[in-house]
Amino acid sequence: MSLEMFFQHFFNALTLGSLYALIAIGYTMVYGVLRLINFAHGDILMVGAYFVFFGTFAFGWPWGVSAIAAVCGASLLGVLVERVAYRPLREAPRISALISAIAVSFFIESLAVVVFTGQPRPVLQPDWLISEWQWGRVHILKLTAFVPVMTAVLVAALLYILYRTKPGLAMRAISKDIETTRLMGVRVDNIIAFTFAVGSALAAASGIMWALRYPQVHPYMGIMPGLKAFVAAVVGGIGSVQGAVIGGVILGFVEIMSIAFFPELSGYRDAFAFIILVLVLVFKPTGLLGENLKEKI
Amino acid sequence: MSTPDIMLEIKDLYVNYGGICAVQGVNLSIQRGSIVTLVGANGAGKSSIIRSIAGLNRQVTGDILFSRKQGDKPESILGLKPENMVRRGISLSPEGRRILPHLTVRENLLLGAYSRNDRAGIQRDMERVYELFPRLEERSWQKGGTLSGGEQQMLAVGRALMGQPDLIMLDEPSLGLAPLLVKEIFAIIERIHQTGVTVLLVEQNAYAALNVADYAYILEVGRIALEGTGKELLANPQVRAAYLGG
Ligand SMILES: Nc1ncnc2c1ncn2[C@@H]1O[C@H](COP(=O)(O)OP(=O)(O)O)[C@@H](O)[C@H]1O
Ligand SMILES: [Mg+2]
Repeated sequence: MSLEMFFQHFFNALTLGSLYALIAIGYTMVYGVLRLINFAHGDILMVGAYFVFFGTFAFGWPWGVSAIAAVCGASLLGVLVERVAYRPLREAPRISALISAIAVSFFIESLAVVVFTGQPRPVLQPDWLISEWQWGRVHILKLTAFVPVMTAVLVAALLYILYRTKPGLAMRAISKDIETTRLMGVRVDNIIAFTFAVGSALAAASGIMWALRYPQVHPYMGIMPGLKAFVAAVVGGIGSVQGAVIGGVILGFVEIMSIAFFPELSGYRDAFAFIILVLVLVFKPTGLLGENLKEKI
Repeated sequence: MSTPDIMLEIKDLYVNYGGICAVQGVNLSIQRGSIVTLVGANGAGKSSIIRSIAGLNRQVTGDILFSRKQGDKPESILGLKPENMVRRGISLSPEGRRILPHLTVRENLLLGAYSRNDRAGIQRDMERVYELFPRLEERSWQKGGTLSGGEQQMLAVGRALMGQPDLIMLDEPSLGLAPLLVKEIFAIIERIHQTGVTVLLVEQNAYAALNVADYAYILEVGRIALEGTGKELLANPQVRAAYLGG
């Protein structure tokens, strides 16, 4: 493979990995506070992408404004999902919440089909993002640099929240011992809602950039990225934010590079994530950065 | 004042765990500014009582009245959420310490102060806790899980103090500690008491507990079997036979 090609693949992989990482963080954070796999997470991504589509197309808002509105809207939706579908089941057996999560996922997808129709819609790509930088024979799509940079900024902001603010301290405490955390005066319900807000915001950010990269939106667009990001979260060690980022990047690289080096395997593109999942579950069931948990998902 | 100044009063408390009645009609009161101890064998219901005060138990009947400062009208706190207790001036250092192992010592202490927003006050109290437990200061950037049992106990007590309690409840602070550390912990409890904090101490170590207590209750299978001042109970032959090894 030529160096030029390699660079392009490298940036593509970094972009895809970043998108997975942002989604994976939401799975891992929600798992951390509730020990729940939020199956509706991928659908939040889809809703975020739709919001941006409507913002830019229907209302003609500038991209930045639409993106911010979409992130806020998706965040609210995440909080609403927790409130309506998970909070009433907090004391119920774990499986009930899981079933509720799957139901919410179907509900959001079906509602999207009804409201937005099943028709894929094109997304307007801002010119500056789809222009290229060129060094000699290396061409880099600006978007493939923008996505990793944006992701790094968002992850840095998240780490700031987690490690430098009170709600972050509370989130980290809840993940280990919810009762003691309450005893310390933490209003756990609020922190859980905040966790959903943050996780959903990151999923929406990912969904928006996803829609920029593969410029269309449709009601089922969240399923595959959601599934793979879930795999990324497990690979990295569910419950660990750093693990989710690493898992996402690994998945992005494996997916892009395996096709780059073995183009004949491109039909199996979606299978690589699951092969990695199986390998990790066999050799390191807690994931790369995961700690030993008493219960596994 | 001639009338007793009661800070906390428990009336006819029953605690149920799905059929198991762990506490059966307990009456207990805590005078403001005193050290009260609740002594009893394993499984007697000590933690159930203390956890009910902290709002951690669900199936509780009876009443729990609390008045934070002298002159405050006693109010029922039964049924309030645990996260509100610390805001009302009640802190619990739970059985088994319950240190958050992945947070640093400093973060554990900050968590104890979560309900507060007075930065300067929090900083001042953190210094006080470090003064009380110099070993915590040396380890302030270490993860809670890496501390020894004694250090974790100190952290649990320090964390409870960070909530600025008027009533501090300590559930078996001497459990599993070497004798020298037990002595140290009890000395610390007396120092905390001297700063004006009322103490409810749950213990299996009856001798040490009765020695520091102004007033004591002896709990047997969910009921108060005996009560009296620490001195009275230390001298009581029944107590000596059952709890002090004759
Ligand atoms: N969560 C619980 N579920 C069921 N039974 C419990 C629970 N907690 C305590 N018990 C029972 O209640 C009784 C009193 O326990 P506890 O209050 O912990 O006693 P102590 O603190 O004096 O050792 C014991 O018989 C114990 O087994
Ligand atoms: Mg106990």
